[in-house]
Amino acid sequence: MKAFEYTRAADPAAAVAGFRPGDMYLGGGTNLVDLMRLGVAEPERLVDVSRLPLDRVEAAGDGLRVGAAVRNSDLGAHPLVLARYPMLARAVLSGASGQIRNLATVGGNLLQRTRCPYFQDVSKPCNKRRPGSGCPAIPGDHSHLAVLGHSEACVATHPSDMAVALAALDARVHVTGPAGSRVLPMPGLHRLPGDEPERDTVLEPGELITAVELPPPPPGRSAYLKVRERASFAFALVSVAAALDIGADGIVTGVRLALGGVAHAPWRAARAEAALLGAPAGEESYARAAEAELDQARPLPRNAYKVPMARNVIVRALKELTP
Amino acid sequence: MNRVEGRDKVTGRALYAAEYPVDGVAHAYAVQSGIAKGRVTAIDAEAARAMPGVLAVLSSDDPPDLAGDADPELRLFSSRDVAYRGQIVAAVVADTYENARAAARAVRVTYAAEPHDVLLRADHPGLYRPEKVNPAFPADTVKGDVTAGLDGAAVTVDVTYSTPPLHNNPMEPHAALAVLDGDRLTVYDSTQGAAADRDTIARTLGLPPERVRVVSRHVGGGFGSKGTTRPHAILAALAARATGRPVKIALTRQQLFDVTGYRTPTIHRLRLGCDATGRLTALDHEVRVQSSTLVEFAEQAAVPARTMYATPALRTAHRLVRLDVASPSWMRAPGECPGMYALESAMDELAVAAGIDPIELRVINEPDAEPEGGLPFSSRNLVACLREGARRFGWEGRDPAPGVRRDGRWLVGTGVAASTYPAMTRPSQATATAEDGAFVIRLAAADIGTGARTALTAIAAGALDVPAGRVRVELGDSDLPAAPLAGGSMGLASWGSAVVRACEELLRDGKHGAADTAGEAGRGGDYARHAFGAQFAEVRVDPDTGEVRVPRLLGVFAAGRVIDPDLARSQFVGGMTMGLGMALMEESVTDAEFGGFGNHDLAQYHVPACADVPDVRAYWIDEDDPHLNPMGAKGIGEIGIVGTAAAIGNAVHHATGVRVRDLPITPAKLLAGF
Repeated sequence: MKAFEYTRAADPAAAVAGFRPGDMYLGGGTNLVDLMRLGVAEPERLVDVSRLPLDRVEAAGDGLRVGAAVRNSDLGAHPLVLARYPMLARAVLSGASGQIRNLATVGGNLLQRTRCPYFQDVSKPCNKRRPGSGCPAIPGDHSHLAVLGHSEACVATHPSDMAVALAALDARVHVTGPAGSRVLPMPGLHRLPGDEPERDTVLEPGELITAVELPPPPPGRSAYLKVRERASFAFALVSVAAALDIGADGIVTGVRLALGGVAHAPWRAARAEAALLGAPAGEESYARAAEAELDQARPLPRNAYKVPMARNVIVRALKELTP
Repeated sequence: MNRVEGRDKVTGRALYAAEYPVDGVAHAYAVQSGIAKGRVTAIDAEAARAMPGVLAVLSSDDPPDLAGDADPELRLFSSRDVAYRGQIVAAVVADTYENARAAARAVRVTYAAEPHDVLLRADHPGLYRPEKVNPAFPADTVKGDVTAGLDGAAVTVDVTYSTPPLHNNPMEPHAALAVLDGDRLTVYDSTQGAAADRDTIARTLGLPPERVRVVSRHVGGGFGSKGTTRPHAILAALAARATGRPVKIALTRQQLFDVTGYRTPTIHRLRLGCDATGRLTALDHEVRVQSSTLVEFAEQAAVPARTMYATPALRTAHRLVRLDVASPSWMRAPGECPGMYALESAMDELAVAAGIDPIELRVINEPDAEPEGGLPFSSRNLVACLREGARRFGWEGRDPAPGVRRDGRWLVGTGVAASTYPAMTRPSQATATAEDGAFVIRLAAADIGTGARTALTAIAAGALDVPAGRVRVELGDSDLPAAPLAGGSMGLASWGSAVVRACEELLRDGKHGAADTAGEAGRGGDYARHAFGAQFAEVRVDPDTGEVRVPRLLGVFAAGRVIDPDLARSQFVGGMTMGLGMALMEESVTDAEFGGFGNHDLAQYHVPACADVPDVRAYWIDEDDPHLNPMGAKGIGEIGIVGTAAAIGNAVHHATGVRVRDLPITPAKLLAGF
């Protein structure tokens, strides 16, 4: 591991003001420290933001404001989260292990890097790690990688479960940086790879996530389903965050759908939502909506299974939410 | 019996190889090849040497004096040739681990790369018949006329199974601390056999064995990967020589996947035929495996077919291809584990095709003597295991129809498979000494987490007829009386025999006993000695996602006399859990473009988590086998993994009607089959 400096920020403003090229913010370190050991991340200095006073989960009207330094364990077990956003609690608690969730922060969870095997191996090319060096995953092992929104430069997936739920919940990410503060929508924080796969998000250097704001929960019921070959402690092959509201006449009056494990960003299934809204609730509509979304999938030879898997899980999730 | 070293382990007092405190220790970190085949043309270590704390850079620029006939995997820096990606081509020694690791990344190695060939396939033109397969079996055997047997069969199956490369992942990474004191070298190593490790290290370094000592009192798992000396131990010794300081090395999890061996991928063609009553008319098991260009390691995967079933026509064959890959090595139940996966899956297919219950098919084909060699079995209780397992599992009344049982959204199925593993012993020495009211047993055995120290304590206490609390066992040190390694499920049987004999002599002498079982161990020829077992699995398969869960695994084993029920159960259950990993998730992905393995950490190479094994049960049938050893024990370290994957695969077929013949059985493969 390359030698680095370590400093602890006193408050968000000081963290941002003191940020210099080569710095990286450190949350729980459950991903960044691994990447430093592997030589994937080589910060000159770590600015520890895990102890900033951003560790509160607070009601904000009928919504919620979650500090960026809240630990995943605390978020997943928080009474307000369990009561208002069970989908989010399920997503958070389906990620990683108890030990990792005890350390991992909300901000860090959003900014974790892909687990693409080539990205994590500095002895091999990777456009995300070394722009222009090539993407060996496309001809090689992409079995866990993207089927939606990928580019010729990168087929990485974003590994977070939490972010998928946040994307379904229309969360807003509060950011402060050298150029001031701003609010980014979810989806909207993460970007698709295009020809700049080295950029996971739209954040500018020095920008720091301070909070995630959740609007009041969508009406109806919600679920988070995650598919993995191991019963726990595995990244999603495919996951679905879903919320569904059905009117008295059996017509879908509200729907949220987001997919994990399929794209460079948590994937809000807007086409499926559009197809469902106003349609009669039922398996036929759900299957049609899933097809509408997955028509745009471009699977590679080794990850083609993700398309029927995603379709099936979308339908399953919606059926489970149908009274 | 509770583990005698349990308190030391949970309080952190038990020292593992990398934990021995020593003054002035330096740290080594390996530089690994970035190509899969070719030559190193230049090593630029200038920048690395200038980095903080760097003491030395070792490479083929300054080849060490190593024995020419040593294992090529251990002849570090002796050649410029690269045989596989990840091979150690240089190393940095520095004052701290971090400095060594940082400087290792700064070593610039230039290569003349050649095209590599890293993929095993059934039609590889380089496949050949090896002279023998591990450890010394003929590669091919033929008895009777297989073609006629198949032609005359009422029912046949002709199927191909494959298993991927698999890696041992002991919790404790491979690690060593080398300390030079004058002309004497001590290596604290994480090894399954201190004496054998000492001999290999001495031979490789060109030292007389008496000048080398290996200490390995506690080992955090090995499964075979620590059964042979690995390059880290040689590297630590070379680095100590180069710097004059004690040198420690602990491989990273990623490096484990490169330089500590792995189970070869296997491809099996099984042709079985039976008559209308289920009697086998022919059994043909042909296996294809890989090895490196450095050594011929021929996994004996068709050997268990020589033991299992009565048939008038029996053919087994092994073919091997040498690829630009790391040398395969030992992994729990080498040979039996992949071989029985294929054979027991094919037997299930034959049972389905013949419309015979899979337990009955096995019972019908129970042999009177070992099918291939004709030797009588010293004891064989496969049928009893199948019957007892069926009773405990609730097999009776099972509907054989595939794909018809549902519980909520889950498709439910059950499967069975047989297990076998040979019962062997090797010569061992031991001493037993009365000291201050206690009895001290000394031998260079290894406790790799199995509880061997505890079991030997119990064996000695039994032989001396004293409470276990008065017995102390010293092991894990090559200066102790020579003993074979923990491997091949031979450890306890071999060591225990010597301990019993030493205790018997102590009782006669009153003060001291010393034993060497060279005369009595490993008697062959007269009997076929094997443990057997039966494994049962219940699986649930999600038809939407292809996810497989295993709510129940149950095994019944017949392995001679069980010496300690607690330790035995943990060996069986551990093996079965590892077998579940093999069935459903474990897979090292060969990187066709770059060579080596693409996945090399525990986030990418999945082993079962606790949630995957909610209910794994192991039982045994007591056997009284007088033809084994003084304890009447057969060895239990490996049989637990044998058959599990087949039982689960057979249950998946029963649940879904889909037969996945290529492990692991992943959601992707099942979805493709639905």
